[in-house]
Amino acid sequence: MSEPGSRAQAAAQPTPETEATEATEATEEREPSDEADGADSADAESVAADQSTAAARTTGAAAVVAALESAGVEHVFGVQGGAIMPVYDALYDSDIAHVTMAHEQGAAHAADAYGQVTGRPGVCFATSGPGATNLVTGIADADMDSDPVVALTGQVPTDFVGNDAFQETDTVGVTRPITKANYFADDVDAVGDLVAEAFALAGEGRPGPTLVDLPKDVTTAETEAREAEPPEGTPTPSADAEAVEAAAAALARAEKPLILSGGGVTKGEASEELRRFATAFEIPVVTTMPGIGTFPEDHELSLSWAGMHGTGYANMAISHTDCLLAVGTRFDDRLTGGIETFAPDAEVVHVDIDPAEISKNVHADYPLVGDAGTVLDQLYDALSDGPAEAARAGDRWDAWREQCATWKEEYPLTYDAPDDEPLKPQFVVEALDAITPDDAIVTTGVGQHQMWAAQFWTYTEPRTYVSSHGLGTMGYGLPAAIGAKLAAPDREVVCFDGDGSFLMTMQELSVAVRENLDVTVIVLNNEAIGMVRQWQDAFFDGRRMASEYAWMPDFAKLAEAFGARGFTLTEYDDVADTLEAAVAYDGPSVVDAYIDPAENVYPMVPSGGANDQFALSEDHL
Amino acid sequence: MRGPAPEERPRPKGRRSSQGIRVDPHAEATHEPRRTAISALVYHEPGVLAKVSGLVSRRQFNIESLTVGSTTNPETARITLVIEEPEPGVRQVEKQLLKLQPVISVRELGSDAVRRELVVLKVHGDEPDKVNAITQMYDGRTLDAGPRTITVEITGDEQKIDDAIDAYRQFGIRELARTGQTALARGDEWTTDAEEERYERMQRTQNQTDVDPDQSYQ
Repeated sequence: MSEPGSRAQAAAQPTPETEATEATEATEEREPSDEADGADSADAESVAADQSTAAARTTGAAAVVAALESAGVEHVFGVQGGAIMPVYDALYDSDIAHVTMAHEQGAAHAADAYGQVTGRPGVCFATSGPGATNLVTGIADADMDSDPVVALTGQVPTDFVGNDAFQETDTVGVTRPITKANYFADDVDAVGDLVAEAFALAGEGRPGPTLVDLPKDVTTAETEAREAEPPEGTPTPSADAEAVEAAAAALARAEKPLILSGGGVTKGEASEELRRFATAFEIPVVTTMPGIGTFPEDHELSLSWAGMHGTGYANMAISHTDCLLAVGTRFDDRLTGGIETFAPDAEVVHVDIDPAEISKNVHADYPLVGDAGTVLDQLYDALSDGPAEAARAGDRWDAWREQCATWKEEYPLTYDAPDDEPLKPQFVVEALDAITPDDAIVTTGVGQHQMWAAQFWTYTEPRTYVSSHGLGTMGYGLPAAIGAKLAAPDREVVCFDGDGSFLMTMQELSVAVRENLDVTVIVLNNEAIGMVRQWQDAFFDGRRMASEYAWMPDFAKLAEAFGARGFTLTEYDDVADTLEAAVAYDGPSVVDAYIDPAENVYPMVPSGGANDQFALSEDHL
Repeated sequence: MRGPAPEERPRPKGRRSSQGIRVDPHAEATHEPRRTAISALVYHEPGVLAKVSGLVSRRQFNIESLTVGSTTNPETARITLVIEEPEPGVRQVEKQLLKLQPVISVRELGSDAVRRELVVLKVHGDEPDKVNAITQMYDGRTLDAGPRTITVEITGDEQKIDDAIDAYRQFGIRELARTGQTALARGDEWTTDAEEERYERMQRTQNQTDVDPDQSYQ
């Protein structure tokens, strides 16, 4: 392996195409400097004189901040600490707003949500050791959901690395499996370019988290002040034309075509292309949970979202389609159930920007590697005036659409809400949806409340359901609401949290108060880790081991203690007034909603089961 | 109106295999694992081996051996992976490797590729003539011969090495060190695309300066 000094340079090489020429140039560049080393004293003086008139000096930390400024960063989320102090010191002179979070996990989640809402990478800072390891959950979450995040971590000085120094952790090693790319920045002259590269890489193609580990001696060392070199952008990739024709032909000859829209449609800003495609050919659309909002759920072609707790009609459609056009989805097992029974009759057309997702879980009969919107337009052109248009015009797909409509009637999302029962969580979700604008952003924690927020809120725009999908991180909701509000200060931001989930990151309420962020948190409180309890009741003979809380804090009082407004909600009659007061309050508010602890999430596809075998109640399990 | 219970719902006819492939109910469509070698050209930077081996292990690919060494270009190294996977797994290994930042180019080697591995083994020296005969039989070399032990090296394909080790067992093998497989594509074929491109680029550059391209490439 080469010397450590070459690490940043090697990593900064963008493509193999430039490799040979760069190698040649490097050799040529070395020669003059060798001569300078051997120069006599007169020459040395002239070199010194040249340097005094050369470019201004700066520090590695200032180069890091300058790279963030060049990339257009407006907010960063973080927590101070020893090894990252030089970077914070450089931030003192910058216009970038820093949001001090209560815990680094909150910083990573806030950056993640900021990235989800804006589409541009969110940035988080942490110090070495425990600071960096506290980021890990948030980075892993971003990695699973392909959210653009740049994490900058302090590190002990390079001389100390590997010696178990105070607050030392091998951050690059720890985060290797959960980052799109990570770097140990040991070259002060390259550190600005490295941060610029990490930023560009986080947002381009299939987005994801990147990390730059910054040793303290590198951020304090001097370097020449210059603009960081922005890496060359990658062109929007289109799919192979022949493959598009073949996929279009498969769709055209289908009797029961179905579109499955995933999170990649959101990331690729392809919602408009999806809507045009689906409505032009009148093909029903189901989404994945990360794909929520890519197609308006109030549209007659929408079957809402599919998967373990998706709608019965979405799951019936997936099970019965004979041609599935899947766009920007990685076929997570919460979506597919058992692979053997997933869309068993369907030929699969899979559109994805990441070739490694093709045939990873579900075999793609027609792989289309490319940008979601570009490929949807290619398919649109290939199908227009062709046999698919004939199928649409000839009403060949009418029977299929009617079948889907029948399933909608047969398996509606419902719940019982008689007035004398404890509050039903679904009612609370619907009531809040009714009083907030269409572009309101919903963030959630993870658990039953997350499913109710996805099922009973009608999403019509992308980037409005901000949640932890792949990793399923309890505690995601509140810090995500902070990130979302800073990303979209003019929009209503509400957070549905569970009592268990809220307890994991509630300290971030201090940040919402300090920053005076107008976010509304609804804690759907069933005094339990409800999803676990539901599974224990269904699959563990009701042995509720460690899922129920014997005692819960008073969340309304707790909110007040933090400086937020607190509400307690127990009666149906108070729902509208309480929610309106909470939303109207100009600042963070928390509604502690005591919901029916017996309420469970249905429909439900048992883990590994067939999508069309969803249970509508415990009787079906 | 509530729809039918799970058992009363119409079930679709087809099915998929455990590898997600849609199959005719009567046809067999499960790929059997096969043993193959994958060559990856990577930037020769610290941590690249950890990145590659970490990826392979955390994604549960069944790895048989992994070797790494430099190439004619000091900035790149070649990693040869021998894996045992069904066809979809082999394709996944290639695609996942390509996603790693330091990986330049990846290719599965054909069955006719030139493959070699090396074993160094130490046997008891009680019967030096017999040991020597076996060593010659396998085109090996004696590296060290003392009154009590003889150390030899054998290179060859995997089968030859296995056979040689078996042959030495009669003398009692004290210790053994074996490398993984390293390999190149046979004949004119390039092992990975990036190397072909680089070679052609180097040739063009060298032609412009009137230097023999093959000499300079070395």
